[in-house]
Amino acid sequence: MTHYLLTVHGPAEMDEFGNYGSKEEMEEAFATTGAFNEKLHADGYWVFAGGLQSASTATVVDGQGETPVVTDGPYLETKEVIGGFWVIDAPDLDVALKLAAEGSKACRGKVEVRPFDGLA
Amino acid sequence: MPGGTAAVERVFREEYGRLIASLVRRFGDIDIAEEAAGEALVAALEKWPESGVPPNPGGWLTITAGNRAIDRIRREKQRDAKHQAAFMHYDDTPHEPTGPVEDDRLRLLFTCCHPALAPEARIALTLRLLGGLTVPEIAQAFLVPETTMAQRITRAKKKIAAAKVPYRVPEGADLPERLGGVLAVLFLVFNEGYLATGDGDPVRAELTGEAVRLTRVLRRLLPEEPEVAGLLGLLLLIEARREARVRNGQLVPLGEQDRVGWHRGLIAEGHDLVRECLAINRPGRYQILAAINAVHTDAPNASDTDWSQVVALYDQLTRLDPSPIVALNRAVAVAELDGPKVALTLIDRLPLTGYHAWHVARADMLRRLGRTAEAKDSYDAAIAATQNSAERAYLSRKRGELV
Repeated sequence: MTHYLLTVHGPAEMDEFGNYGSKEEMEEAFATTGAFNEKLHADGYWVFAGGLQSASTATVVDGQGETPVVTDGPYLETKEVIGGFWVIDAPDLDVALKLAAEGSKACRGKVEVRPFDGLA
Repeated sequence: MPGGTAAVERVFREEYGRLIASLVRRFGDIDIAEEAAGEALVAALEKWPESGVPPNPGGWLTITAGNRAIDRIRREKQRDAKHQAAFMHYDDTPHEPTGPVEDDRLRLLFTCCHPALAPEARIALTLRLLGGLTVPEIAQAFLVPETTMAQRITRAKKKIAAAKVPYRVPEGADLPERLGGVLAVLFLVFNEGYLATGDGDPVRAELTGEAVRLTRVLRRLLPEEPEVAGLLGLLLLIEARREARVRNGQLVPLGEQDRVGWHRGLIAEGHDLVRECLAINRPGRYQILAAINAVHTDAPNASDTDWSQVVALYDQLTRLDPSPIVALNRAVAVAELDGPKVALTLIDRLPLTGYHAWHVARADMLRRLGRTAEAKDSYDAAIAATQNSAERAYLSRKRGELV
């Protein structure tokens, strides 16, 4: 089995409905994503998952110097950022891509699939 | 002489796809497979010139390469436990020397043509691992520097290993879609050989030949799939005309070809495949293209061509694939039935101004309509949009004939 990181990419700026358009659509996306999460658990692929606050709540810390330098905002100023992620354990890329397609449909965003080099 | 270096290399090339595929299945790693195959070649070059080519050269290479790979894994085991763990993961199918060799090649073909790999990497990997072409040969075929091609192949192999692209023939509902990707790669390899993009050799028979060979393998492995039969029929019916296609360095269009120079054996085989597809009655893109080429190769002279049949087949193809390129080819056939004026109206509607074949078709219609000045401009645009020397020579002649 291989661990894959599935990241959901979406716009950096979010409106009050998290860019889902309306309250109803947002609630529907949460419900389908919840159902997808349950399926990952039931089928044994689940490792970990989470949704993130908007990129504007991020802080960058550089601790390589003598004293840490703290900067407000995300590391990269881009229009598209990671909004959430799953870590799954799957037998091969075909399975991971299938799950990513389901996750993408559930949460209504594009999903990047990337294998882990290892998990600590 | 039977066991000379040239004979060894010929056998090696013929056996390469089979050998690599079986090693990849057994050891789960493309690099190990390639290295072991290379070592088996060295061993064969040492041994065969003296003892002669063994009765089953493929078996000999497989056993020798397998032993070399095991030696290497043993060596690595001592110094790299993690690497070893990666091989162990795949090593769950017992090795069967007389086993599913053909299935191995099919599996590897699906790996090479996996949608997670970049399209140009799919073509390169297929030619490298299944066709046995060297990296310099592939680089030359696609007119990129050798280092670029080497990087492309290395990156793709690394992704296959790290992201664990499976060595598996997709099953059930996944097969038709993934098979489409494999057929597309084989057709692209063929097309690049049949009308080379660059300014080198206008036709590259080694690429068309390799595409035909790999499609024949696919056909043996998936005899029930009509689109595979369709692609093979299509390639054979086009390949049959290859010799007649260039004369004195100039491209000769279908209508002007000397049909005596067509390869009758390939045409007969192609027609058999088209008939087989018709009997199955599950039409698809490649089957329809094959049928169109069967109509052309059925006509003793260009003037005998059944153009209404060609247009009807393009209509059928349009329903499956309503792309502007299909519409362009259809318009060229319509010109033979309804005249160049009708065809030109159809062509002018298409958003293909960056495509050289669009300019070629347009120039031809304008020429036939006597709109000479516009035709000249269109020929100029067509010449500017292609690098192929034979096509440029043909277009320049046509332009020069306009008065």
